[in-house]
Amino acid sequence: MDKLIAAKSEPLWNTNNKVISVIVGLVILLFALPLVGLNSFYLHLFIMIFMHAVMAQSWNVIAGFSGQISLGHGAFFGIGAYATSFFYMEYGITPWISIFFGMFVSGIFAVLIGIPMLRLSGHYFAIATLLIGISFQVVFQRWDLVGAASGLWVTMTPEDSWTALQFHSSKVPYYYIFLVFFLVSFFAVWVLSRSKLGYRLRAVRDDPQAALSLCINVSNYKIIAYVISAMIMAPMGSLFAQYILIIDPDRVFNIEISIIVLLITVLGGIGNVWGPIIGASILIPISEYSRIYLGGTGGAVDLILYGLILMIICVFRPNGLISFIPKDILERKKQR
Amino acid sequence: MTSEIILQAIVTGLMMGLIYALIAAGLSLIFGLMEIVNFAHGEHLMLSMFSSFWLWSLFGLDPLFSIPITILLMAFCGVLTHYFLIRYILKAKMLIQICATFGLSIFIRSIAQLLWTPDFRNVDKPLLEGRIELGSVFIGQPQLYASLVCLIAFVGLYLFVTKTETGLALQATAQDRHAAEVLGIPSNKMFAIGWAIGLGCVGVAGGMMANYFFIFTDVGINFALFAFVAVALGGFGSIIGCLYAGIIIGLVESLGGLLIDPSFKLLYVFVIYLLVVIYKPQGLFGRY
Repeated sequence: MDKLIAAKSEPLWNTNNKVISVIVGLVILLFALPLVGLNSFYLHLFIMIFMHAVMAQSWNVIAGFSGQISLGHGAFFGIGAYATSFFYMEYGITPWISIFFGMFVSGIFAVLIGIPMLRLSGHYFAIATLLIGISFQVVFQRWDLVGAASGLWVTMTPEDSWTALQFHSSKVPYYYIFLVFFLVSFFAVWVLSRSKLGYRLRAVRDDPQAALSLCINVSNYKIIAYVISAMIMAPMGSLFAQYILIIDPDRVFNIEISIIVLLITVLGGIGNVWGPIIGASILIPISEYSRIYLGGTGGAVDLILYGLILMIICVFRPNGLISFIPKDILERKKQR
Repeated sequence: MTSEIILQAIVTGLMMGLIYALIAAGLSLIFGLMEIVNFAHGEHLMLSMFSSFWLWSLFGLDPLFSIPITILLMAFCGVLTHYFLIRYILKAKMLIQICATFGLSIFIRSIAQLLWTPDFRNVDKPLLEGRIELGSVFIGQPQLYASLVCLIAFVGLYLFVTKTETGLALQATAQDRHAAEVLGIPSNKMFAIGWAIGLGCVGVAGGMMANYFFIFTDVGINFALFAFVAVALGGFGSIIGCLYAGIIIGLVESLGGLLIDPSFKLLYVFVIYLLVVIYKPQGLFGRY
C-alpha cells in the first residue's frame, strides 16, 4: 500500500536521467539505422525483433502484470491478420483502418473469452487458453469464407502503396511502420505499468484475496488486462499479414506464436516492461541465424534452442535476464 | 443413422476413453504429488510410441512384447526428468513451473523431429491385427487389447496407490510433504517414484497404441490436450476421477464426431471442459 501511494505521488517522468538519455539515444539510432543502408536481411531482422517484442509485451500484460498464463495468445495475432486481409480483399478497406478493426474484434473476443475463463485461475486457465488457441486454428482451417486451409492471398498492388500498405521494392517503409508501432505500444505499456491500473493488476497477481479486500474487483481487472493484451497483439498480426501478404491458419494461428511470446518474455524478464525488448533482441537473432546456419525446414534446430533456453532460464534465472542488471539503474532514483 | 452406428460409436469412444484415462492418470499422479502440471506429457507419450516402434524396427520385437521395456525406459525417463529439471523448480512460482515443462515439451518434440524427421510411421503386421464382429459392431483387435491393457494398468495403479506401503507414502507426500518428511518419508525420492510411475503409465498407453496408431513427432499434442482436460474434469490429483473423465471424453469425442461434425472433435471436448471447470471448479472427484 505504501508503494501504491508513493507511485501515485511521483510524476511519471521521474526516471533516472541517464536511462532516459540512453533510451532517447537508442531511439534516434533506430530511426537513423536504415539511412546507413542496411541490406534487406538486417532490415528483416529488425522488423522481426520489433514485431516479436510487441507480441511479447502483449503477453507480458496478461501474464506478467495480472499473472494469468495464456498459452493461446496466437489467437489474437491471427484475428488481427485475418481482419486486415479479409476486409482489404472483400471490401477494399485500407489496412490503416482495418488494423483498428482487428484490434476491436480482438478486444471483443477477449471479453467473450475472458468472461467465462478468467474466473478460472492457474493451471485451469492455462489449459483452457491452450485449447482456445488450437480451436481457433481448427475453425479457421474449416471456414470457407476466409479461404479455409489455403488461407488468404492478399491481392498485390502493382506498385508500392501507402494506402494499401504494400511495399515491394524496399523493406524500409515496413521498418519504420513496425518501429513506430513498437515505440507506441511500449510507451503505452510503460505508462500502464506505472499507472493505478498497473499497480492494481500486480496486486491481483500477487495476492487476489488481499486485492479483493481492498475493493479491487479481481475478475474485472483480469478481463481488462486480457483485453488490453489482445488489443496490443492484434495490430502485429495485421502488420505481419501486410508484410508477408499471404496468410493461412497454420501460419498465423500456429502454436509456435504462443510459445515464442512466452519464451521471449520469460527470457527477458516477466512482469517487467524492459523484459520483452531484451528477450526479443537476443532470441530473434539467435533464431534467424540458427535457421541460416543450421538449416531451417524440418530441422527445427531453433526450436531445440528455444526449449533448452526456456528450461535453463526457469531453473537458474526465474526472473529473466533483466535480473542481471542492478535494479537501481532501471528504477527511478530513490528520492528519500 | 441407425442404432448400430451409435452403438459402434459408443464402443469406439469407450475404448479410446480407457486409453485417455491411463494417460491422464499419470498426469494426475504427478500433479497430486508436487502440484506441477507436466506440459510435456504428450511428448512423453510420443517418446514411448517411438521406443516401441524402434524396438520393432531395429530388433524385430513386436510392440506387444516390448511393453515391459518401454515401461522401464519411460520410468527411467521420468526419473531423469525429475532429477535434471523438476527438482530445481519445486519451489518456483507456478508460472515458472509451467514454462519449464512447456520448454521441456518443445525440446523433446524438436529433438525428435531432428532425429527422426516428421514422417508418419507405423508398425507393419503386428501380432494384434484384424477385428472382432459382435453382432453388428466391429471391434478392432489392437484397439480392444490396448484398452483392456490400459484398464488393467489403471486398476493396478489404483491398487498400488491405495493398498501398498509405497503407494500410501506417495499419498502422504501428496497431502503434506513436510509432515511426511517428519515421519521419515523422503519426499525427493517419492517425487522421483511419482515421475517414474506417471511416465510408466504413459509407456503402457504408448506401447499399446503403437500397434495401430500412426507414429509421428506431433502425435502427443492431441492426447496431451485430452489428458489435461481429463485431469481437470476428474479433479486435479484424483486418480479414480481420471477413469470417469477419460471415458466421458472418449464418448463425447466419438458421439460428437458422429452426430455433428468429426472435424470439430476438439471443440466438443473443450465445451465440456469449460462447463465443468466453471460450474464445478474442483472437478467431478477433486480434492481441492
